[in-house]
Amino acid sequence: MSAAAVTIAALGKTYPNGTRALDAVSLTLAPGEIVAVVGGSGCGKSTLLRVLAGLDRASDGRVSVGGTPVEGPHPAVGIVFQEPRLLPWLNVADNVGFGLVTLPPAERRARVAETLSRVGLVGYGRRWPRELSGGQAQRVAIARALVTRPSVLLLDEPFSALDAFTRADLQDHLLDLWAESRPTLLLVTHDIEEALVLADRVVVLKPRPGRIAALHDVAVPRPRDRVSPEFEVEKRALLATLGRSLARTPGEEAFPAAAI
Amino acid sequence: MTTLDHPDETGLAGAASRDAGARGLPGWLSGVGVGLVLPVALAAGWELAVASGLAGGRLMPPPSRIFATLVDLSGSGELARHITATVWRVLVGFAIGVVAGTAAGALAGYSAIVRRLVDPTLQGLRAIPSIAWVPLFILWLGIFEESKIALIAVGVFFPVYLGVMAAIASVDRKIVEVGRVFRLSGPALVRRILLPAILPSYVVALRSGLGLGWMFVVAAEFMGASEGLGYLLVDGQQLGKPDQIVAAILVFAVLGKLTDALLAAATAPFLRWQDTVETAR
Repeated sequence: MSAAAVTIAALGKTYPNGTRALDAVSLTLAPGEIVAVVGGSGCGKSTLLRVLAGLDRASDGRVSVGGTPVEGPHPAVGIVFQEPRLLPWLNVADNVGFGLVTLPPAERRARVAETLSRVGLVGYGRRWPRELSGGQAQRVAIARALVTRPSVLLLDEPFSALDAFTRADLQDHLLDLWAESRPTLLLVTHDIEEALVLADRVVVLKPRPGRIAALHDVAVPRPRDRVSPEFEVEKRALLATLGRSLARTPGEEAFPAAAI
Repeated sequence: MTTLDHPDETGLAGAASRDAGARGLPGWLSGVGVGLVLPVALAAGWELAVASGLAGGRLMPPPSRIFATLVDLSGSGELARHITATVWRVLVGFAIGVVAGTAAGALAGYSAIVRRLVDPTLQGLRAIPSIAWVPLFILWLGIFEESKIALIAVGVFFPVYLGVMAAIASVDRKIVEVGRVFRLSGPALVRRILLPAILPSYVVALRSGLGLGWMFVVAAEFMGASEGLGYLLVDGQQLGKPDQIVAAILVFAVLGKLTDALLAAATAPFLRWQDTVETAR
């Protein structure tokens, strides 16, 4: 087996205001693996992703991608934020091609067109971001992250702002995209079902300070049916894990029931 | 004379319909014609009142006399000379004010240290009515063009400085982060993220700067000029020629509106992505 795609070793993060966001988090992701990170608000999910993306610095421990320590944004790491964060002054094609300026124009156009067709937005290249629906805008954001062919794709609650139908649609779509080039995916979510639909492994974080409470392997084979009995069994098992890991912190914010 | 009437109509009409569209007025109000009803009615009423002897028209001449004055002035080539002098002053002062305001605003917006160092002083200077500088500028730069252009440049500087600084300081951190994810260098970040992001506010700042430039050129020409539209105003007052004053005021209105419309039109292609332009499609 090849080397780990992502290695997180004893990662800790303390913000300047003294908040300990992460403490002694260790995790290894194999190439092509899909890992979901779940946990309530304030448990350091997003911080973990930002450190991996090179947008925030680790206070202690270390993080490496493909064997190289992360010291800033890494060319092999793509990220999709909770909001699409498209640049409103660029049309869809230029937004997707934003990270490709070093390529010759013809090649860039070809790559952008190919990626737009992969996310199901053929013919949308000349549209402005303001003309897109929320789901379409997030597809463009995914295309922008995928067009550079990253080996690791980080997703920070990418579908949380979308309605339930669009969300399920984009989850399936993300799996299709993953199946084509098999990047390593690390997905932060507060949605248990989303984690179970997508991930090979679910990491449960607990807050104050953010640390790993449990690891849960998802045994259901893909494609996963959200209403099948096995899926239901898996969901109960994960909820039980969550319950156990959170049981010893009375008085703290429980795992948000609304997200389940 | 048609050369005068014509830019008047196109300039006002184009701007009027655009303004109305931007504010979302109902269709029947957005037409050019409705905006002209009031001024035309007032002008016609005054013309009739003077013609019928109801009013004297000595201090406020009727439109026909103002029009005749305009024809006279333009026929002798005098109007063109005054317009050239004034427009030249506004353009040079505007250019200097824009360059200085943009540079200072960009530095203060980009660097918190520069902002804390420079902004309080500039805000203090901004509180001084710009006309108060006139005696000093005359002492420093003389009575001729330099002091006039300096005054206009000062007037243009502040709105541009404020607009650029506020716009840069308020660019969305999330958008800037996108640039960081794609590992843009400092200059590339400025060129590909910051500049396009502030462009809409920058255009607004330029337009208010230009408006102030037109305001200050009058003050500048009051302080002793031998040509320019401001000189026509002073001359009209001293020689008791209200028709010349009103004629110069009308030319100011046309030129101000025209240059603003030109600036707006020149920048519009860069702002097509904005939501507001959708109404213009």
